[in-house]
Amino acid sequence: MQVPPLKRIYLALENWFNYSFGSWNPLYHLGTLTFFFFWIVLISGIYLFIFFHGSLDGAYASVDRITHAQWYAGGIMRSLHRYASDAAVGCILLHMFREFALDRHHGARWYSWFTGVPLLWMVVTLGITGYWLVWDKLAQYIAIGSAHLMDALPIFFGSMARNFLEGALSDRFFILIEFLHLLGQPMLLVFALWFHVRRLSNVSINPPRGLAIGSLLALLALSIVKPATSHEPADLTTVPQLLNLDWFYLNIYPLLDYWSAGQVWVLTIGITLLLMLLPWLPPRKAGPAAVVDLDYCDGCKQCFYDCPFDAISVQARSDGRAHEHEVTVEPALCAACGICVGACHSSNPFRMANKELKSGIDMPQFPVQALREKTKSCLAALEGKIKILVFGCEHGFDVTRLNSRETAGITLLCSGMLPPTLIEYALRNGADGVMVSGCRHADCYFRFGNRWMEQRLAGERPPVLRSRVDRRRITIQGGAETDQDVVEAALAQFRERLTGLVESEDDGKGEDR
Amino acid sequence: MRRNYALQALNYLIFMALIGYFSTSPAYRHLPEGEALVVLAFSHAGQHVEPCKQVSAEELAKLPPNMRRPTECPRARSPIKVELLMDGEPLLKTVAEPPGLFGDGGVDIFLDATVPTGKHHFVVRMNDSVRVKGYNYTYEQTVELKPAQLLFIDFNTEQGFVFK
Repeated sequence: MQVPPLKRIYLALENWFNYSFGSWNPLYHLGTLTFFFFWIVLISGIYLFIFFHGSLDGAYASVDRITHAQWYAGGIMRSLHRYASDAAVGCILLHMFREFALDRHHGARWYSWFTGVPLLWMVVTLGITGYWLVWDKLAQYIAIGSAHLMDALPIFFGSMARNFLEGALSDRFFILIEFLHLLGQPMLLVFALWFHVRRLSNVSINPPRGLAIGSLLALLALSIVKPATSHEPADLTTVPQLLNLDWFYLNIYPLLDYWSAGQVWVLTIGITLLLMLLPWLPPRKAGPAAVVDLDYCDGCKQCFYDCPFDAISVQARSDGRAHEHEVTVEPALCAACGICVGACHSSNPFRMANKELKSGIDMPQFPVQALREKTKSCLAALEGKIKILVFGCEHGFDVTRLNSRETAGITLLCSGMLPPTLIEYALRNGADGVMVSGCRHADCYFRFGNRWMEQRLAGERPPVLRSRVDRRRITIQGGAETDQDVVEAALAQFRERLTGLVESEDDGKGEDR
Repeated sequence: MRRNYALQALNYLIFMALIGYFSTSPAYRHLPEGEALVVLAFSHAGQHVEPCKQVSAEELAKLPPNMRRPTECPRARSPIKVELLMDGEPLLKTVAEPPGLFGDGGVDIFLDATVPTGKHHFVVRMNDSVRVKGYNYTYEQTVELKPAQLLFIDFNTEQGFVFK
């Protein structure tokens, strides 16, 4: 299968970070890292606010005092405030690139993408008002640029840009900007963030401790090596000449020297709309949603806990059976990952051995009955000394590329769809070993498939793989489409281990005889 | 999954370099060296397209007391035609139509141009009435512009054009 170039680039970058960071890979924690940087921005911002003088005459001098007179505290706080803000924008951009490159913005996941795009602009405008407060030449430049942008909108009377030239600015202006930067914009941002994660379950806001400490130390070191400083004080009788722009936030402004404010609006609104509409460009048909069969659902709620997209809800039993609860699926929210099938203890293939296997919750496109039949037929076709069954997922390495006389691959919708009992079933019905693949370790196309599967196999999350199942005959090796070498190497190693195991068991039987 | 702390340190260095660099660089030159900025900006409502009409005593008597005004003015206003010449050459020029459904709004003009520093002779002129041929406001002044100077040319009806 051809891997798109953008995805290939991303996977190579991810691979590099995997070598360095392991499960702390920052690309797996871009959302939580952004939150972490905002915490730094908040704490450093509160410190700066204590010493900041919000007036036309006092702003620059107070920032200058913070930067130089108390460089060891205020100066570092100011630098942290700036660099953490920059890092947050970097994380957001990478987050968008990742979701796009990995095609994680289509179907039921449109909502998070759609609500995420305006967040970028909210963060950028928050940064702009922050730069404004310093009231240096850079602030003057962006203030007049912003005024030109505002003047181009048909919602204001009079010319804001002219106000700056007339010297019509007052301390009230600073109070307004302070209010926006300290309260209005952050509150709006928090509200928008809540919307952004509204359709996700088990949302985490803290990155791994090691990654957080490393990032904080890096920003601290940068703050000491290259402290944030101001330009010359604002002077409305002269024009700013050479500016050290923060390109994470102020990249729009130079366009105003070449285009009209109206053209800049058309560009930014056009890009924003295009980005927001990407989930439907082109429209993609999603797989059918999970279906609940109340005849086999006892309302244990495990699928509700495991669903990564909050598509399952619990309600009072409606069919008169003795169970207290039942679950329902909201089709519009269902990403068709099948993780709920792996979570359902009625997906056990040992049940209904001589009739059609029915589960409390199932995927119409790949029901557990079909999965059991596929497992049976693959096992029957295997030959040779060491027979290995490999379960993979649609979004990771294609495990059918491993097919051989001794190996059969079965592709699931997600590795989290695998009922642990199916591993036991395969081992009892002729497989010498079972390998579970999926997306790369610590990553999952459907957020938690890998993690839940690993926890189920480790006995940490229901439904657990029974303790009597020989763990030496099971291995887990995730891998992306480009990781054929890695998965093949892991399979070869597993086969070697199984060969030793089978030989030692054969020896044991011989000695017994 | 294994971690390589040396590689992590390298990654953090790259992270610091990227954040540190793009937070201030590359520097952007907003105004070229040896240039100044001339801004012609003002708000002004053009004169009425038609002159106000004197209302006769009979007509006033027919009106309710609160609506009796000695003159009646049509709403539509004239466009503002303004031009700035530098050393005899046109530098900035526009014709702004009055906004509003009835074309009766005030006009906001904001025009700017970068110019070489040094001594320049500026002539600014404006027509704000369709009933006047040519320009009904003209002002000229010679200015010695310094590097990065912002020459702001304002207008108000009392003083006419003002160089700031």
